[in-house]
Amino acid sequence: MISFERICIEVHEVSPAELHHWIAEDLIRPRGTPDAYQFDDIDVARIRLIKTLRDELEISETALPTVLSLLDQLYEMRRHMRSLNAALENTVPADIRATLLKYIEDSHQ
Amino acid sequence: MADDLYKILGVAKTATADEIRSAYRKLAKKHHPDLNPGNKAAEDKFKSISAANELLSDPAKRARYDAGEIDETGAERAPQRSYRDYADGPAGQRYRANGAHGGFGGENFEDLFSSMFSGRAANPNAPARGQDAQYVLTINFLDAINGATNRLTLPDGQTLDVKIPPGTEQDAKLRLRGRGAPGRNGGPAGDALIEINIKPHEFYQRDGQDIRLELPITLTEAVLSGTELRLRGRGVPAAGSRPAGDLYVKLRVLIGTPDAALEDFLRGWKPEPTANPRAAMEAAP
Repeated sequence: MISFERICIEVHEVSPAELHHWIAEDLIRPRGTPDAYQFDDIDVARIRLIKTLRDELEISETALPTVLSLLDQLYEMRRHMRSLNAALENTVPADIRATLLKYIEDSHQ
Repeated sequence: MADDLYKILGVAKTATADEIRSAYRKLAKKHHPDLNPGNKAAEDKFKSISAANELLSDPAKRARYDAGEIDETGAERAPQRSYRDYADGPAGQRYRANGAHGGFGGENFEDLFSSMFSGRAANPNAPARGQDAQYVLTINFLDAINGATNRLTLPDGQTLDVKIPPGTEQDAKLRLRGRGAPGRNGGPAGDALIEINIKPHEFYQRDGQDIRLELPITLTEAVLSGTELRLRGRGVPAAGSRPAGDLYVKLRVLIGTPDAALEDFLRGWKPEPTANPRAAMEAAP
């Protein structure tokens, strides 16, 4: 858990104004209240990601929400896939899992 | 080994700092691992281009690298945990797609999932038809025109004899009933659907029901005959209600190596003036 002030020191070249802007835009969603935000590791990693997207990959501030929204959808799908995997792993007998796997492999050919 | 970092970025050893920067950005856009989650190849590629850029964009390190004082891993640092390490796990819930910027339009995954099985899960012992199997069969031009039987080898090693009717067209789909996946609980087997791909012929070309052939001939032959011949009924054979097509042979004049006599003739040749063949077109407004 990291404070707002700490972020601006820890993540190289992030200004408080910039960070406030991203929070207002809902691109970064820290816990806590505006006078005492609490950032978790994922928030810090996401701030770094936004900086990389903008500064190194030249994605403009106006395009950022769209790009992040697409990424969020992608990661959400991946989390669902993982939970589906876990559900299959824990509830479906091995022989049926093998059948499912074979079906998926065949349909990719 | 000294060339490797330059090769990774696809720039010359003499590249300027700007060229290196722009080459790196171009590659980074494509291979950034947070944009390609789960793609190991992209991740490795990104690591190598990042490492190459990090070293080459530092003039002091680049000079030492060029001088062979440090190798291409000379600047490698401990990797920072990246966004996807968190986003792939439960922490990723913080940035659910159905937040402020849209997402799946209210359709949640559980709905999506239950709709996949609705109706089917009701009775797992009910007879169910097997899946259709899709194949692509490449055949040669003349087999497609005249019809043939081709043997298709399936991924499991079995073979399937496919009867190709005369006049089969590119992308035609043939259905072999009952040759797909077996049914469950006594249900019928699925069908094999075979998509036909026709290899082009060296000389013949198909044009609907007609066949075209380009045939090189000499000047003399051209003077004494026309430039296109039609062999009625010798194209694609009749099938069902479609009549047979024609074979069109286009004659292409080949002069051969000009000899002195031909050159002399052409120099001295004064063709009779002919009426302007485009007169009617030019007179039109």
